[in-house]
This record gives sequence, C-alpha cells and structure tokens, in this order.
Amino acid sequence: MLRLEKRPNPSQFWLYGTPVVAVVLTMIFGGMLFAAMGTNPFEVIRTIFWDPIFGEFAFYLRGQLLVKAGPLILIAIGLALGFKAGIWNIGAEGQYIMGAICGAAVGLAVYPTESRWIFPVMVLAGALGGWAWAMIPAILKTRFNTNEILVSLMLVYVAQTILAKASTGFLKNPEGMGFPGSRNFSSYPAAANPELIAGSGIHWGVVTALVVALVAWGLLARHIIGFQINLSGQAPRAARFHGVNPNRLVVLCMGISGGLAGLAGLFEVTGPGGQISIDFNVGYGFTAIIVAFLGRLHPIVIILAGILMALTYVGGEMASTNMGLPSAAIQVFQGMLLFFLLGVDVLTNYRIRIRTGGK
Amino acid sequence: MGGIDPAVLIASLMAASVPILLAALGELVVEKAGVLNLGVEGMMIMGAIVGFMVTIHGESPVLGFVCGALGGAAISLVFAFLTQVLLANQVATGLALTLFGLGLSALLGQGYNGLKPVQTEAVPLGPLADIPFFGQVLFSHDWVVYFSIFMTALIWYVLKATRLGLIIRAVGESHEASHALGYKVNRIRLGAIMFGGAMAGMGGAYVSLVRVPQWVDGITSGAGWIALAIVVFASWKPWRALIGAYLFGGITVLQLNLQAAGSWIPVEYLSMSPYLITIVVLVIMSSGKGKASLNAPAALGQNFHASR
Repeated sequence: MLRLEKRPNPSQFWLYGTPVVAVVLTMIFGGMLFAAMGTNPFEVIRTIFWDPIFGEFAFYLRGQLLVKAGPLILIAIGLALGFKAGIWNIGAEGQYIMGAICGAAVGLAVYPTESRWIFPVMVLAGALGGWAWAMIPAILKTRFNTNEILVSLMLVYVAQTILAKASTGFLKNPEGMGFPGSRNFSSYPAAANPELIAGSGIHWGVVTALVVALVAWGLLARHIIGFQINLSGQAPRAARFHGVNPNRLVVLCMGISGGLAGLAGLFEVTGPGGQISIDFNVGYGFTAIIVAFLGRLHPIVIILAGILMALTYVGGEMASTNMGLPSAAIQVFQGMLLFFLLGVDVLTNYRIRIRTGGK
Repeated sequence: MGGIDPAVLIASLMAASVPILLAALGELVVEKAGVLNLGVEGMMIMGAIVGFMVTIHGESPVLGFVCGALGGAAISLVFAFLTQVLLANQVATGLALTLFGLGLSALLGQGYNGLKPVQTEAVPLGPLADIPFFGQVLFSHDWVVYFSIFMTALIWYVLKATRLGLIIRAVGESHEASHALGYKVNRIRLGAIMFGGAMAGMGGAYVSLVRVPQWVDGITSGAGWIALAIVVFASWKPWRALIGAYLFGGITVLQLNLQAAGSWIPVEYLSMSPYLITIVVLVIMSSGKGKASLNAPAALGQNFHASR
C-alpha cells in the first residue's frame, strides 16, 4: 500500500524538479487530448513547443514570444510576492485593465502634443491605476477583514464594464467613424511603446519585466521585506512574534502586484495591443497565476515559466491556424499544466513509502 | 420604475437566483466539511455545457439537469483527488479548477453556439397558478425552482438534525478530533466535494438551459464567485443562503429591467451593480467581530494528513 510520509524539510531536488515533471505529464495528457480531437499529437506538440523557437518562422515568432512573455512575467512576479505571503490577489486581470485605461487616458488627454515626457508619465499613471485598483481589496482586507480573493475577483468584472464604457464612450476615437476603440497609439509617437530593436519583440514592457525580476529576486533574497514575506507565508505565528505587521504586508504585496499588473496593461495597450478596445485583454491576469506557480514563486524561475507559457500561446496560435486546433484546447492545456503542477508538488513535501502489511 | 410589475419581478427573481442558490448550497456543505473549493465557477460552467449538450442530443431537459450535475461532480473529483489525496493547496487548486473548467467547456461547446435547447416548462399546478399575485409568484415556476427550495430545507435539516450532518460539521471544525474518533476525514470530505460539484453543475445547467437559454463561452460570467460570496453572506446557514441568493437575483432582475426600461442610470453602471453590491455585502458581513467570522468552520481550507 502506498503511503505518504511528511519530509522533515521540503526536498530541494523536487522543488525545481516538479515543474519539469508537470510539463512532461501535461505534454503526454495534452497529446492524448489532441489525439482525441483528431490531430496528430506529436505534430501539435512540436508546433507548440519547438517551431516557435527553432522552426521555419522562428525569426518572427521568437519576437512574439517575448511580446507575450513580458506581461505574463511582470504580472506573475507581483502575484508571486503575495502568494508567498499567503495573500491571494487573483484580480490581476482587473488591475491590468485599469492600468491600461488610466495610462491611456493620460496619453489621449494630451493628444496630439509631442513631448518626451508623455510616455513616462503614462507609465506612471498605468502603475498608479493598477495600484489603486488593487488597493480596494487591500484596504477592505486590512480595515474590515474582507476576503481579498472574492473582492479582487469581483473587481475584474467591474473593470471589464469600465473598459467597455471606455472604448465606446469616454476614450473612444473621435475620428474613428463610430467604431468602438480609442485612437491607435502607433500613430502617436510620443505615447507609443514601439519595438526597441526591430523584429526582436522587445519593447519597454519586456525590459521592465526583466529588471523587475532582478529587483524582486534581490528583495526576496536580501531585503528584510523579503524575509518578512517568506516568514508570513510559512509561519504566520512566528511572523507575528518577529514583529511583522500583517496589514502592512497586505497593502505592500497587493500594491506591488497591482502596480505591476497595471504596468503590464499600459505597455500592452500602447505597444502590441495598439489601442483601448472592448476585448484587448486576453486573460494574462489569470494565466499569470499559472506562471507564478510554474515559476515556483521565484522571480528568476518565473522568467523561464513566462517564456514557456508564452510558447503555449504563440505555438497554440500556430497550431490553430495550421492544424485547425481550437484555441480553447490551449486553454485546457494550460489548465492541465496547473493541475499537474499542484499534484506533483506532493513530492516536494512528502515521501511516497510502500508499506506491506499492517496499517 | 412604474412599469415594473412586482409580481413579475418577484417571480423572475426567484428563477434568476436558482443557479447561484444551488451552487451556494453545494459550496456551503463543502465548506462545512472544512474544504474551501474556489472552483465553483469552473464546476458550474462544466455543468452548463454538459447539461446543454445532453439536452440538445437527448431532447430531455430533466436528463440534461441530471447530466449537468454529474458533469459538475466529475470535474470536482479532480479537485478532490488533488486536495485530499495529493494534499495540494486548496486555494490554488480551486483556481486551477476554474481556469480548466472555463477552457474545457469552451472546447466542448464548439459547434453548439446558436442552438436552442428544449424548453423547461413550468410545473402545471392547475388552478393554483390562477390565484392573483400569489399564483404568479409561487405557482408558476419550473421544477428546478422548487427543487432548489427543497434542497435548502433538506440541507438545513441534514446539517442541523442528523448524524450525517453532525459528522460533516465535526470534520469541518476539527479534523484531528474527527480522525481520533475514527471518522475517515478525507473520504467524508470527498463526498462533500462531489455533492458541491453536483449542485454547482446543476446550477450551471440552469443557466444554459433556462436562463439564457443557449450556449456562449464563459456563460456563467462570475455566478460561481457570487455563490462563494453568498456562502460568506449566509454565515454558513442554508436559509440565509436562500435569502442571499434571492437578494442577488433581485438585484440582477431589477438592473436588467431598469436597462430595458431605459433608466437614467447608464447601462454600464447597472451591469456592474451585482458585483459592487457583492463587495459591499462582504464588507458588511466580515467587518468587526461579525457573526460571519465566528461561524466559519474552524478547519476551513486546511488539508488533513493522518500521520499515524
């Protein structure tokens, strides 16, 4: 009979081994899913995981990879800080939308002024927008002990209605001939977030994501706040004795994750997205939850996880245009990955023992 | 405002609240057993698509509801296996269940857009339905509305007055003590999780078979999360879950009516109102040393691993 036995300490090997096992398992079971849908599973897996990096169109797709990975990494790092401390901000999608709206509104308000200060101010406004949206669940949590999971998630739906209002109302392009959507930022250089090196896919959002990852790593590994975050997550009682103020930590973690999600939204809407439109958000805020776990809540590993998840987006798109694989299949694939990840994680904290006879 | 008939309003709010009521009742039992399953939205939407598919092919809405419930229960097994056997974090696994359910339902639902399921008719109650006002409010509904009220009573009774209810509550309050008494904590929780999945699945089926009634991706649009909030609002009491669900059903119906009547309040503000009011209610319920925090099952969200 198989039994689980708690390890005295989490296994260092399995801590980073589990994501690999989970990815392999997802490929196997995802392949079975793809086969059940009448496609050649090996070809689909190759299209998703191999072609975007080494295939025929890799010169273009590699750039797309970074375009998709940028916002995922940015959001996931913020979420990871909170998750580590046991603070569950799952409304990053809403903060992403609000950041984009606030930043874009600042840029559109001064249209068509040309100044090199416009973009930095927009970035600031985007971060503030996301931060403010995340402060709602944070303050409610600290003041009234309201569940931050439910509040932050409810606010996603609220943000979506505000986005609909923005793209058909207050941010609508006055010269758009009645179509919904704001002005396109690609025709407004002072507010645009273009590719920095042509064809590389690197825009300011990607650069920011990498810098933030390094800073977050430093924060967690070297700074007292990082220590408090880790302590609160692993031993809340010990953290209280140590003098950690839990409310301060909630406001800090929610604020950081909200601000980063807002930044991601702003960079997306001024760069790859191009304009505020009803459906410019594609669920990065939710996928970033998977990225955070896949990256073991470690900022540097999250970079790799973000790129891997971007692969499923880019490769999934390829598979859907070339092989008619429905885009929902990729969503299932991503969900499966998170399931396997959480399941396999049992190996980190437990040993599997085989017992014969007795109890 | 004058154009809204109160009898029609009450009758339609009862129907509108069925999905969240069923899901909330299921989750209430799950949480009473000490498990926090945040995957209600995912289980609901799985029930919605499975129920819809079965009704389209089998031409029988009753079978659709049953299969919707089975679909919800089946997907909840994944959650149960991960949290009860592999001891995964319940919050994260619940989120995963929602993400996975949304994806899988969209995948299954391909080719079902635009189809119309067989209608679920009102239960023929003969002359009762002709009573002025009360006839329309109480006796003009389909069977699921009555079923949801029956389930409220049943769950209230089982939790309050039966041995099974006592065991469920004991497991939710202290799994260590229950284990010491010889109860199979994880097995009882597994049962509760599946029951919650079935109820959420049935609620989801009501959305796609009666409320909308057709298939659209992401059809439940947050109803599962509102159901989770209602459990907190109800401070884990079945009848208060009924009141909570009717309150939210009322708000939903009212804002839809206001939209249709061309109210001076912009449509966007009306359609975000159910979510905003959920937040306000959560704040009121959880502020201070409210009853909600006192009545929460003590072992809620904690995994149990029998070391001996």
